Amino acid sequence: MDTIAAISTAMGEAGIGIVRMSGKESLSIASSVFKGKTIENFKEAVNRRLTYGHIYNPEDGTIVDEVLIVYMKEPHTYTREDIVEIYCHGGMIAVKKILEILLKNGARLAEPGEFTKRAFLNGRLDLSQAEAVIDLIRAKTDKSYNVSLSQLEGSISTKVNEIRNTLLNMLAHIEVSIDFPEEDIEEVTYDELLKDSQKVMEEIDKLLSTAERGKILREGLNTVILGKPNVGKSSLLNAILRENRAIVTDIPGTTRDIIEEYVNIEGIPLKVIDTAGIRDTEDLVEKLGVDKARNVVEKADLVIAVFDASRKLTKEDEDIINIVKEKRSIVLLNKTDLPNEYDVDELSKYIPDKKIILTSIAKGEGIEELEKTIVDMFYSGEVEVSGEAIVTNMRHKDMLNRARKNIIDVISGIEMNVPLDCIEVDVKNCWNHLGEISGETISEDILDKIFSEFCIGK
Amino acid sequence: MKELKKYVGGDYDVIVIGAGHAGCEAALASARMGMKTLMLTMSLDSIALMPCNPNIGGTGKGHLVREIDALGGEMAINIDKSFIQSRMLNTSKGPAVHSLRVQADKNKYHREMKKVLEDEKNLTLQQGEVVEIIVEDNIVKGVETRTGAIYNGKAVILCTGTYLRGRIYMGEVNFESGPNGLFPSNILSEALKKIGIKLRRFKTGTPARVHRDSINFDVMEVQPGDEEIVPFSFLNIDKKFDVEQVPCYLTYTTEKTHEIIRKNLDRSPMYAGVIEGIGPRYCPSIEDKVVRFSDKEKHQIFIEPEGLDTKEMYVQGMSSALPEEVQKEMYRTVIGLENVEFMRDAYAIEYDCIDPTTLKSTLEYKEISNLFFAGQINGSSGYEEAAAQGLIAGINAVQNIKGKEPFTLDRSEAYIGVLIDDLVTKGTNEPYRMMTSRAEYRLILRQDNADLRLTEKGYKIGLASEERYRKVLYKKEMIEKELNRLKKTKITPTATVNNILKKLGSAELKTPISLYDLIKRPELGYENVSELDEERAELPREIRMQVEIQIKYEGYIKKQMAQIDEFKRLEEKKLPEDIDYVDVKGLSNEAKQKLNDIRPYSVGQASRISGVSPADINVLLIYLEQKRRIRSGKND
Repeated sequence: MDTIAAISTAMGEAGIGIVRMSGKESLSIASSVFKGKTIENFKEAVNRRLTYGHIYNPEDGTIVDEVLIVYMKEPHTYTREDIVEIYCHGGMIAVKKILEILLKNGARLAEPGEFTKRAFLNGRLDLSQAEAVIDLIRAKTDKSYNVSLSQLEGSISTKVNEIRNTLLNMLAHIEVSIDFPEEDIEEVTYDELLKDSQKVMEEIDKLLSTAERGKILREGLNTVILGKPNVGKSSLLNAILRENRAIVTDIPGTTRDIIEEYVNIEGIPLKVIDTAGIRDTEDLVEKLGVDKARNVVEKADLVIAVFDASRKLTKEDEDIINIVKEKRSIVLLNKTDLPNEYDVDELSKYIPDKKIILTSIAKGEGIEELEKTIVDMFYSGEVEVSGEAIVTNMRHKDMLNRARKNIIDVISGIEMNVPLDCIEVDVKNCWNHLGEISGETISEDILDKIFSEFCIGK
Repeated sequence: MKELKKYVGGDYDVIVIGAGHAGCEAALASARMGMKTLMLTMSLDSIALMPCNPNIGGTGKGHLVREIDALGGEMAINIDKSFIQSRMLNTSKGPAVHSLRVQADKNKYHREMKKVLEDEKNLTLQQGEVVEIIVEDNIVKGVETRTGAIYNGKAVILCTGTYLRGRIYMGEVNFESGPNGLFPSNILSEALKKIGIKLRRFKTGTPARVHRDSINFDVMEVQPGDEEIVPFSFLNIDKKFDVEQVPCYLTYTTEKTHEIIRKNLDRSPMYAGVIEGIGPRYCPSIEDKVVRFSDKEKHQIFIEPEGLDTKEMYVQGMSSALPEEVQKEMYRTVIGLENVEFMRDAYAIEYDCIDPTTLKSTLEYKEISNLFFAGQINGSSGYEEAAAQGLIAGINAVQNIKGKEPFTLDRSEAYIGVLIDDLVTKGTNEPYRMMTSRAEYRLILRQDNADLRLTEKGYKIGLASEERYRKVLYKKEMIEKELNRLKKTKITPTATVNNILKKLGSAELKTPISLYDLIKRPELGYENVSELDEERAELPREIRMQVEIQIKYEGYIKKQMAQIDEFKRLEEKKLPEDIDYVDVKGLSNEAKQKLNDIRPYSVGQASRISGVSPADINVLLIYLEQKRRIRSGKND
């Protein structure tokens, strides 16, 4: 059985984060990424004794986090395998980074419920618990599968599929050369394969770098910006993004539809949704936007409500206040640089228990405080991001890294003039690893491709 | 007409129906494993008939032949007696995909196989048409022939090829027929339906045979055989072959050919929608090729001899179901075939076959004990694919009768395993052909190591001979010894050594290195470092080859071995036959249904069934552990 790793604590909670590893390589993987205060080589760790030290990245020697770590020798563990647990700083960043390092050094990301599964299969859990185990695994797998698919709408899956298409094309050319050597088909050259491989490599790198910025998947806190027209929602989004994506004008109602952006504030992934203003409108196109906005608010993890201090509170503002009362939210009183029609005290009468931040988005004032507030809320556990989304993201990144390693092997194989059938092994692995992101790994595709593209037959 | 009076024709252990490539292997395996065996065929003149192409082997298929041989089958030995040209394909690629392909003297292949069958002491040959399969309480009991003979048998193996309700199509004409003008078997189809077996229609085709003297070979490219002949059988590895090889010829269709085809498409039964059967994508008719790849200016055509004692020539690449007159017209537009004389027409043939997912991986029918199916009736195509299945069915019929463990090969052990697993797990939508790309562990499943992989298994079940087994043991030992010697032989960076390395275009040494590691350099190999290897003994070619492959591709081989370990983990989790998956809590409804249909033998096989998800596999693992603990009576 290979060695698995996963984050065992819920995401986003304050305090301590735990990353857990199970399997025969646990100790050696841990020893390659941990330097202890008292133990230089963690392989010599004493069973069940907590050790203080640091997790570092063996690639560049940088320290990732200050941790407590414990080795628990099989069979007296939860899974009846060797287990290493790492206790690090809470929140998402530390646990994610540590998990990533374990994955890069030989562990595999645990499947949903896999620790429990192993515990049962290795005789740790009672027979009466079998059904509970099945329920748990079933539920977790289905849930993560759903999350995985829902995250893959749009541009990321398009990108992954594009790369897979290049690989499929390579595979078809390789296989046709191998299986139909006497057909009247031009044999694929190593130059062509090299060119394609380098392209694949570049594309994987691009995806990985967007993954670093936390933008890769539709993950993160669902954060909705709410406010009546022309209150400064789009400007706020732009300020957060520091790029000019949404159209900003002075005419009310120019943000006709929902705009979604992904941003990473101090490691916290945010999916920021800018809605058309909540306002009764006759304009159908805009109405569509407004309906969607109401819908989006339902699903939001966090609402940022924006009010305009330079205009009187209206019926629309009241609607927003009602929403704010029921959701986790941050309230901004914007345009404080213009002559004010009302002040923060008046606003807080309606929402006494909400924090109100004074901003002038046009001048960039208050943005920093907003970001800090988001970070605080996140670490205090006041807002939570769904754990499955993060795990899915980790899994995808893990697969991207594996695919990257495969394509490096392809390139070096080509450079060393290794036979075509050996090179194919790595091309196929690369294709399969990417397929695990998009959920497709059927090899019949290759044959379909061959028969549709090449004229083959005796 | 008076009613036919039936009589008992004899009692046998195993009855094989059909004497094609599947039937021959099945019957021989059974007889050689000590069973009293009966082979029934509609025509003794069609034993081991090659009704289509005159070759054995090729990519993937050559691997199958080697594996059949390694297990103790006959195909390789028989083709070694009757080939008239030999080529190793893919030699520019890695050793895993080197593929032996030979031209056969069809008639000689038939005669030689017939002799072997006749000489086999446990085997009885009887010409006759089977019209009934006798089944009692879901166990097969024997068969009945058209002439009233009842043969009792403990196991029956059906290897009926394309004969079942065979129908030949040529343009507007179609008629009942077996391949090559032989009789079809119509009654047996009905008999199979009667015992509950569902049949479906597949289709395949063959090109015309033409008279050698009517061909202008001067305008064609000669395709000679290899100078060095490599035999198929591991038993013949040291044998010298003095075969005068006969060439094949390469030519091309012309624009005129394509024009005639296009003009007459409406007369093709395929395009007119008369044929319901599904044909193979890798073996399209010339009509298909012209229509689907209309931008291709020419298609290549190979002219191949059918044997030494005949002037019939096979026109590879020109299979067709167009009317006879159109066939002749278009053939005569191919370069060098301007005056060609037809001897046999091209045709498409449609036939009944079964859904192979109704079989276990032993090729036993799931619903009727001791009834086996092998070859084209299972939806495969090709002589080699048929022979491989025949062998496995024959062996398992014997294992069943002897009450021994089933004999199966998994996807990491043999192409035979890939072939059968694909058929029984995924089924097939077209006549199934082996290709190396179907094997996940291609680098391990090489044609050069089939004996190392399989002979011991064949020996243990009593099929592979003592001689064969000893040969393999000796080969293994020699390889091991040589590998160890190379690991121990240290080469030190002396001036002489570095001079030799320089001459070989390799970097100079700075520190001592084992010869083993030195050979790994891309520009070096076992053969060309011989100058550095003072203690090298003269070793047989196949030993040197194994040593070289194992060193040079060690990295890749290790990668695949790791994947195989992973694969084996689930493969070794056996699922009992009697599980009712409806009762397994936690499985999805789709999985329950699919699992009940296929009844996989292992969790590994279950994981390859479409519609069974990773979550379902986890549920199965937990379920198995639960059952195991209940059985062992402890609840720890």
